[in-house]
Amino acid sequence: MSEHDHSRTFQADHPEPTSEAALTGLALRELLIEQGVYTADEEQAMIAAMQGASPENGARIVARAWEDDSFKERLLANGAEAIKELGFDLSPLEFTVLENTERVHNVIVCTLCSCYPRTLLGMSPAWYKSANYRARVVREPRAVLAEFGVTVLPDVEVRVHDSTAELRYMVLPQRPAVSDRLSEPELAALVTRDSLIGTQRELASAI
Amino acid sequence: MTGPRYRPGQRVRIAARTPAVHHRVPAYVKGKVGTIERVCGKHGEPERHAAGKSLVLRRLYRVRIAQQELWDGYQGAPQDKLDVEIFEHWLEDEV
Repeated sequence: MSEHDHSRTFQADHPEPTSEAALTGLALRELLIEQGVYTADEEQAMIAAMQGASPENGARIVARAWEDDSFKERLLANGAEAIKELGFDLSPLEFTVLENTERVHNVIVCTLCSCYPRTLLGMSPAWYKSANYRARVVREPRAVLAEFGVTVLPDVEVRVHDSTAELRYMVLPQRPAVSDRLSEPELAALVTRDSLIGTQRELASAI
Repeated sequence: MTGPRYRPGQRVRIAARTPAVHHRVPAYVKGKVGTIERVCGKHGEPERHAAGKSLVLRRLYRVRIAQQELWDGYQGAPQDKLDVEIFEHWLEDEV
């Protein structure tokens, strides 16, 4: 007789889908593949790409724009085309990059649902999807920003961007003052997820 | 192929209708006046898309609206703005 205690080593198997919605989802997926709408390999590649998405991608784009004025110009004019230079492709969605300046602070929301450039930046933060943030940031942006620790001076324009249709947005934060001698990857490391959404304004000037 | 009806800087009013079908115009901007911030591409009309009808491409714009136009008693600064994406068939001329 073994002394082995099964109550300790037992791990639940992955549960079979039980809800009707989960079963419908599985059936739909099988049909799409069976009918050749897409292949199982394409599905795997898409899942892998989405899992690889993170704010670091946005940070790379920001650091390049800080270092290269002509790239920045292309990025602000047509974000979707410009980021292809760095190997990112969001098509068919348009990608709009909003530049923070001394005079303007940008902040992004989707009031109708929770649109977010997910294939580029990964999953959005939980608060971005909350009814509280979505309802309030359009109506009292300065109060919401203050709750994130951001004080926007009275003479600065706050620009809220409601992402309601086919565009995805990212904020281009201001380059920190003391980052002249940093390399592009070091600059990218200063960029935070919240600064890409606009709920952070100042970035640290050293890693 | 027809070009965009509106150009950047032009004043427009967002239609105040509420069709009984999914549409991507938030209630708080309906009937409000703003200016065209930029002309975007053409995309499938959401109302038709939601109803499972054939694809009709519509011109999309970004419309910039003053916060004081949107909300009575807005507490922020007078220069604060909101930008929102609106399809051409939801825009009306405003002179």
